[in-house]
Amino acid sequence: MTEAAAGQKIAGTRHPSLEMRGITKQFGAVVALSDVSLSVQPGSIHALLGENGAGKTTLMRIAFGMIAADAGSILRDGTLLTMRSPADAIAARIGMVHQQFSLIPAMTVAENVALGGKGLYRFDDIADRMRAVATMTGLSLNPRAKVASLTSAERQKLEIIRTLAHDATLLILDEPTTVLTERDTGELFEQLHVFVKTGRSVVLITHKLQNALSHADEVTVLRRGKLILNAPMSSATRESLTTAMLGTVLNDTPLARPAANRLHVVARVTAPAVEVFAGEILGVAALEGAAGPLLRLLAGRGQGPTADIPAPERTGFVPENRQDEAMIPDFSLAENIALRNAGQRRGLIDWKKVNEDASEVIRQFDVRAAGLEATARSLSGGNQQRFVLGRELGDNPSLLVLENPTQGLDVNAAAAVHERMRAARNAGTAIVFYSSDLDELAELCDRVVVIGGGRVFSSSPDAGEIGQLLLGIETAEHPIA
Amino acid sequence: MIALEPFLEGAVRTATPLGFAALGETITERSGIINIGLEGAIIAGAFGAFVAAGTGHVWIGFAGAAVAGMLVAALFAFFAIRIRADQIIAGTAISLMSLGLTATLYHQLYGATGAALSIPTMAVAEIPGLAAIPVIGRALFAQPPITYLLFVLVPCAWWWLYRTHSGLGLRAVGEDPRAAVAAGVPANRVQALAVLLGGMLGGIAGGVLVIAQAGSFAEGMSAGRGFIAIAIVVLGRWHPIGVALAALVFGAASALQYLFQAMGWSLPYQLFLALPYVLTLLGLAGIAGKSTAPASLGRWQDQP
Amino acid sequence: MPELSLLADALVRATPLIIAGLAVAFAFRGGVFNIGAEGQLLVGAIAATAISLWAGPVLGRLTLFVALPGAAIAGAAWAGIAAELRRRFRVLEIISTIMLNFIAIHLVSFLVRGPLQEPTRIYPQTESLAEAARLPVILSGTRLHAGFAIAILLAVGFAWFFRRTALGFRIRATGAAPAAAWSAGRIDVGRTSYIVFLVSGGLAGLAGGIEVSGVTFALYENLSAGYGYTAIAVALIAGLNPLGVIASGIFFAFLETGALALQRDFAIPSSVASVAEALLILAALAVSSLRGRGIPGLKRVRPT
Repeated sequence: MTEAAAGQKIAGTRHPSLEMRGITKQFGAVVALSDVSLSVQPGSIHALLGENGAGKTTLMRIAFGMIAADAGSILRDGTLLTMRSPADAIAARIGMVHQQFSLIPAMTVAENVALGGKGLYRFDDIADRMRAVATMTGLSLNPRAKVASLTSAERQKLEIIRTLAHDATLLILDEPTTVLTERDTGELFEQLHVFVKTGRSVVLITHKLQNALSHADEVTVLRRGKLILNAPMSSATRESLTTAMLGTVLNDTPLARPAANRLHVVARVTAPAVEVFAGEILGVAALEGAAGPLLRLLAGRGQGPTADIPAPERTGFVPENRQDEAMIPDFSLAENIALRNAGQRRGLIDWKKVNEDASEVIRQFDVRAAGLEATARSLSGGNQQRFVLGRELGDNPSLLVLENPTQGLDVNAAAAVHERMRAARNAGTAIVFYSSDLDELAELCDRVVVIGGGRVFSSSPDAGEIGQLLLGIETAEHPIA
Repeated sequence: MIALEPFLEGAVRTATPLGFAALGETITERSGIINIGLEGAIIAGAFGAFVAAGTGHVWIGFAGAAVAGMLVAALFAFFAIRIRADQIIAGTAISLMSLGLTATLYHQLYGATGAALSIPTMAVAEIPGLAAIPVIGRALFAQPPITYLLFVLVPCAWWWLYRTHSGLGLRAVGEDPRAAVAAGVPANRVQALAVLLGGMLGGIAGGVLVIAQAGSFAEGMSAGRGFIAIAIVVLGRWHPIGVALAALVFGAASALQYLFQAMGWSLPYQLFLALPYVLTLLGLAGIAGKSTAPASLGRWQDQP
Repeated sequence: MPELSLLADALVRATPLIIAGLAVAFAFRGGVFNIGAEGQLLVGAIAATAISLWAGPVLGRLTLFVALPGAAIAGAAWAGIAAELRRRFRVLEIISTIMLNFIAIHLVSFLVRGPLQEPTRIYPQTESLAEAARLPVILSGTRLHAGFAIAILLAVGFAWFFRRTALGFRIRATGAAPAAAWSAGRIDVGRTSYIVFLVSGGLAGLAGGIEVSGVTFALYENLSAGYGYTAIAVALIAGLNPLGVIASGIFFAFLETGALALQRDFAIPSSVASVAEALLILAALAVSSLRGRGIPGLKRVRPT
């Protein structure tokens, strides 16, 4: 039992520092959180575990007043809170250290710490507060330094110092160790333990099972927006937590797959080193946001360094953000079909042919629409995706790059997309496929690359293996200076 | 060197309305909003000053100018902040509307003949002793009192931006509104206040044109000063002191014609009239790449 | 017939509004904020006048075939200044085009009081254009000139252009959703908007050339009654649709000539029209923003 847990015992039957009941949140058609509850005891470190997209950050952003929940309630030390903005959370002595830092690089450390205060800004007052925080936790920084000149580890220290300078008694940390070395991580946890000994609490959002196992007193696991597990750490094991996070790993019987044509490299880039062959589905796994540039580079839509073997002329691209990047919402379906290769087309547009192509796509891909003249905006999410996929596959491209193509789709729509992908692969198209859903990658891909920190790891299409590689990718990474 | 004194006096004189408008826009833009409607605030202020000064008191005239400018700014704030419409379109439309509305009202209330409605004007008020300093004495200390107000406002603005929590919060909103909100700064409220303050100062700029310079109102008398002020903000690097100096440079450019005339060099006067606009273009181009602009300027509605 | 002549007058007034309206609609459709139609129009007028006066005696009946394209080229070049500033220095075209408007006004003033002034050197205007350099009247007994026919043809032409050509489609896509145009259409958004800028300036220049060749027959100050700015309202109310611009241009022409009549007969200032125009823009903006999308076809392309 950790010291913090002992402290908690002493605290006795006090109200939880933070209690969230029945939190539900939807973004458009996507259910981010569904009836999630959480209870953080005073004097404890509470780990919040889950994969990408499980809803951990969303849940804590709700606790910090950055997002409003659709349903549910939040209690702080037993009192019901109405939270309209982070200012309310800060006033309730909650502090949050964000994954993408919420600091102003152009300003100094002292100015960032001071933000949100009132009255005259006196440097000395801020410096005094920082000294007080340093005495309590050992965290210290030069108040005059410009934030832009700080390393990631120092910026994180700054975020923590800021929350403490505003008297936070509940500290929420979102993936704090992604930017830290082993030694920094050790220091951080030392400071956290000191912090909770005084009866304060910490919520630790993390990927790193090991940290949770070693330091947390309680753990909550989310998966796909639902609460899976909530238990004291003493009763949890590495296996039980992994299973809770990843779900039952299906090892489906691999269907007979035609071998990829390894003599025909369709596209290749060097940094990171990835190449894709005709007639295969290459899966890409990465932490959130990391795959975008690579996918675009492969698809010939990148900015910056060109690929080794650039994308062939007929390359299809299905981006994640279909509303903004794949279609023009106020254009008709016919006009959106005309978008394909619009950059190279010259002379006149043969609308008769375009309309024929559009009708063909709608028919073949089962797009439910009011007609060719319907705007792209009027289609439902699933139909939009089918439409975009149909357009991109329409001229038999040599290469097709897909970014989370089934996100936000129901099971049937997703299955339809999978079918199309398999059919294209069997016909010889090279397919690059990024998904944040590891099961999906395992089900569809012939081989998988896991990218992160400028490195590439090969993997077989097995969700467990991919998951482990992703979870461990930070330890192989150098700290970002 | 004798020609230098009227030139410098003229430079400060011309710079005054530009300085007021640019100072106001600096505060607005530091909060991340670009107010192209500033031109509208200035002409509205000019008209407001003209109407209010009809009461017989110059300072009531300036109060009228400030109110008129704020009203225009309030309309802009509705579009830019409340409904987060495109700031550029909204600002342009509001400037056009303000120009047309003031012209309309002027004709309506004072007749097409431009009845010689006499309004009190603000005369130069020399500061004894200081005005006698050679070369710069008259330029700085023989100006209408409203100019002295600007002299005071500039360091005040500088102090407020860098020495108070509210100023700090404003700058944070202009850099990264999301980070500012996460730190507990009420971004929308801050931006709205910044826009209103900018409009008020823009209105006062219009008041200067009417009460301390022309002595009357004329359609479109703002003559693009609102847009020039925006360029001045860029050249002054969004810093009150820098902006004041840049305004002075523009004032000097306009006043060049007096210098040339006194020297006996005859160049077409249109050259000098066009000079501020040319300077604006050059200045904006020259600033390219060295962006010290508030990082989120104008961007709220189209996040990358 | 007096009614016919009133109608003809309105259509004469509509001609520059339609062509300049096309210029603005074209630019906005492609994501370029060309507020400089006024200046481009004036520069086009300068070019047409100069060519007609200097080359007229030599070219005789062919003068118009050189003067009008010359006007368009001049307008495109004037817009090109802003386009270059935008491309190379990321200068907001809203500001640069407005600055160029003012510079153009002063340029006209300089020319008509200087190099281009009529021989007696009394009036600030150029010599009148020779008969051969004037646009023919197409409705006898009125002032309605061939320029109106050109305006209609252009509008129809551009409607066809947007509908049928690959370039027209690229322009529409760039203006509607630059990110999708690049990502899904692999369209070179930067190059496309540059072309759009120049063509827009060319159209506005042509409007100026036609106004000189068909109505004023000489260059003088205040030649344009703010056509370039009204053109913005014309374009927006037409929903940026070329055929709609015809109707919108005629509507605004009636509004303004009617307003002139009102001013004459009832002493209601003609600037009422500008207020109405600007209010319409704001209303359109508010409605579109509240509905959650921008004005159709109008999305600012940021210089890459």
